[in-house]
Amino acid sequence: MQETFTVYLVETRPMEALCEGRPPAPDSLWRRYSDFEVLRSYLLVTYPALVRRRVGLENFLQRVTSHPVLSDDNILYRFLTEEHGWREAAYETGFQDKADSRLRALSATFRVRNPDKRFVEMKHYSDDLQTHTTQLLRTRARVTDRLYGVYKVHGNYGRVFSEWSVLEKQMGDGLQSAGHHMDAYAASIDDILEEAEHYGDQLKEYLFYAEALRKHELSQYELEVSSQDLASKQQQREELATGSVRSFSLKGMSSKLFGQEAPEQREARLHLLEEDIAHGQEALEERRAQCRAWVDIQRFRQQKDRDIREALIGYALMQINMCKKGVQMWSNTKECFLKM
Amino acid sequence: MSVGAAAPRGLQPVTEATHPLSAAQETLSPAPDGTAICHIPSNNNGSGGGGGGDKEATALTNGTPVETSSPASASSLLNRLQLDDDQDADALDLYASTETRDLFVTVDDPKKHVSTMETYITYRVSTKTTRIEFQLPEYSLRRRYQDFDWLRMKLEDSQPTHLIPPLPEKFVMKGVVDRFSEEFVETRMKALDKFLKRVADHPVLSFNPHLNAFLTAKDLNKRQGLALLTKVGESVKQAAGGYKLRGRPAEYSAMGEYLDTFNQKLGTLDRIAQRILKEQTEYLVELREYGSVYAGWAGSEDSLRQPLEGVAGCVSTCCGAMEDLSENMSQDLLPVLREYVLYIESMKNVLKKRDQSQAEYEGRLEAAVIRKQEDKTPVPVEVEKCQDRLECFNADLKADWERWQSNKRQDFKQLLTSMADKNVNYYEKCQSAWESLVSMLQDDQAENTNETNCD
Repeated sequence: MQETFTVYLVETRPMEALCEGRPPAPDSLWRRYSDFEVLRSYLLVTYPALVRRRVGLENFLQRVTSHPVLSDDNILYRFLTEEHGWREAAYETGFQDKADSRLRALSATFRVRNPDKRFVEMKHYSDDLQTHTTQLLRTRARVTDRLYGVYKVHGNYGRVFSEWSVLEKQMGDGLQSAGHHMDAYAASIDDILEEAEHYGDQLKEYLFYAEALRKHELSQYELEVSSQDLASKQQQREELATGSVRSFSLKGMSSKLFGQEAPEQREARLHLLEEDIAHGQEALEERRAQCRAWVDIQRFRQQKDRDIREALIGYALMQINMCKKGVQMWSNTKECFLKM
Repeated sequence: MSVGAAAPRGLQPVTEATHPLSAAQETLSPAPDGTAICHIPSNNNGSGGGGGGDKEATALTNGTPVETSSPASASSLLNRLQLDDDQDADALDLYASTETRDLFVTVDDPKKHVSTMETYITYRVSTKTTRIEFQLPEYSLRRRYQDFDWLRMKLEDSQPTHLIPPLPEKFVMKGVVDRFSEEFVETRMKALDKFLKRVADHPVLSFNPHLNAFLTAKDLNKRQGLALLTKVGESVKQAAGGYKLRGRPAEYSAMGEYLDTFNQKLGTLDRIAQRILKEQTEYLVELREYGSVYAGWAGSEDSLRQPLEGVAGCVSTCCGAMEDLSENMSQDLLPVLREYVLYIESMKNVLKKRDQSQAEYEGRLEAAVIRKQEDKTPVPVEVEKCQDRLECFNADLKADWERWQSNKRQDFKQLLTSMADKNVNYYEKCQSAWESLVSMLQDDQAENTNETNCD
């Protein structure tokens, strides 16, 4: 079965200056809600200082096209005038990469052969977190698209009630005022969605957190590995220096079996090892500076859990607000019908 | 106009004769064949009714419209006179209805019948009446759609000057619509009930012998048909075509124009309603997916599990509420819109017939006048009969028109109010779900804060 979408008519009257050097533009074309979203993302990334927070579609276009810098943007022009192909052009600018760079998952390049259980658990957790948050953001966008459509279509009631009221004697007033309420209802979705932005932002924060978590896990792990590595090197040095073998090593065994090496060779080896250790110690210090202790990560995680709970509470409160508005608008409309 | 054999009333100018359906302050004597007795109350407030301040003629169930500008109480009476099946009635309304209405009909209790030849649905048709035209005070029998169709056809044939209410659509595409699904049967039954009530409430149609047969006869002998066509009916049917209408009185043109424009609006309303339904359905699909994402996420969390499951549950409740809303729209709103479109179609046909009746009269009159001028032949009786028929037609139509307007207002008022109400319910359900979630989330947050503080 075919999927259908609501489309919105964009009518343009380009000023003379914009037409120069560009192909003649049609007066109007149809755009989907998601087209507006793509345009907005593109503009947000390309002109981060200039694009403000979400407003209704119509206001958004008005503001953008009247802005001296934004109105000159080629992608915007194509959005307004080119039926097909503008989306590909927008993607080709690579804006999505810049937008997603913070959101892209870390590649799991683990130099470790035997990761410990704690690390594996954390890794799964942050993987899941990233997956779920990304999924949520995506489905939320689709829900928003559809919800916008539902509200806006009710605006058509406004128009037809108004036209119908002209025909009627007694029913006229009731129909007319009901129509106004339907217009208001259709318009109300713009503010609602603007409020809803906040929740989306919080979810994105959580996504960054998931990424940050993995970075920290990785560096914590690398810290542990480096310090283990350093410790073993230090031990080797001791053994070389004192000539005793405290722990089993293949080199130790082979020297026992095949005779010890010459003192110059041993000196050379010791020297290399000292350099290695020195480097290792430096690296370790660096890593330690970058790293958080395990306890810190736990605390971080709890804080984030608290933040998410807050975000959910905020989301629920926003939903309640939206429902209250809906109750009010439809109650008002009902009153008008009762007067018919 | 009386039902049954129409006794010619002679050639009085129409303006002097009082039409039983027109506003009048006197009681009429019964018509020769003992049918419709019209009682017109001497004052306007008892069982009369009018809308607000407008001059709107309304018909009482015994056939008397009263033009009045009486105050608000009249409009509540008006409510009762109309066909609000399940409206709560005030004491005043009940009083009014029991005083004037003497024929009550109901269609309910659908049952499926399976035979070797076919499967079909029958409905129980119950009648309660004090009218003498009925032998018993109560009847209950079963009828199928075909029988309603027969009744409507007979009414149209025998009462061509009246507006006959519409039936729900006859044909349903097999394979597309399930004729035996609960929703379809329910919707159809409501429409049949409405049809029958409208006929029973009509001052003239309710006395039609075919209705009587429909309500009382064990077997509707449909093929034979009842030989009770009125002379008026026959003659209007036989109105010769080929007469051209010269000038239509403005009020009938206005009716036609109104119907055309209103029809357009109905079409638009239907399209919008269907569009909303579609958008809601698509929204529902995405919303369900959205809810399941929360549920999935909850599975990989510990302390966030309960909050996330809570959100998933809430979203699910909202989905259910939206489903209910959509179902309501498709079952209540759309069928009524369609019904009125059918109504308008049949009304326009009646308007056409009226035009034909007028055209015929004028044509014959003109021919007769010319003949008279030529050879002094008197104007034939036939011409005067034509005039008679035309005037009756006009009067019937005008009265029915007012009644239709009033019914239409009530129907749409109820319909739209109910639609708004259902939307309010939807938001209330969602609101209450989110409100309980918020308390749960806030408790959960408080708990967790306490725990960490205790570390």
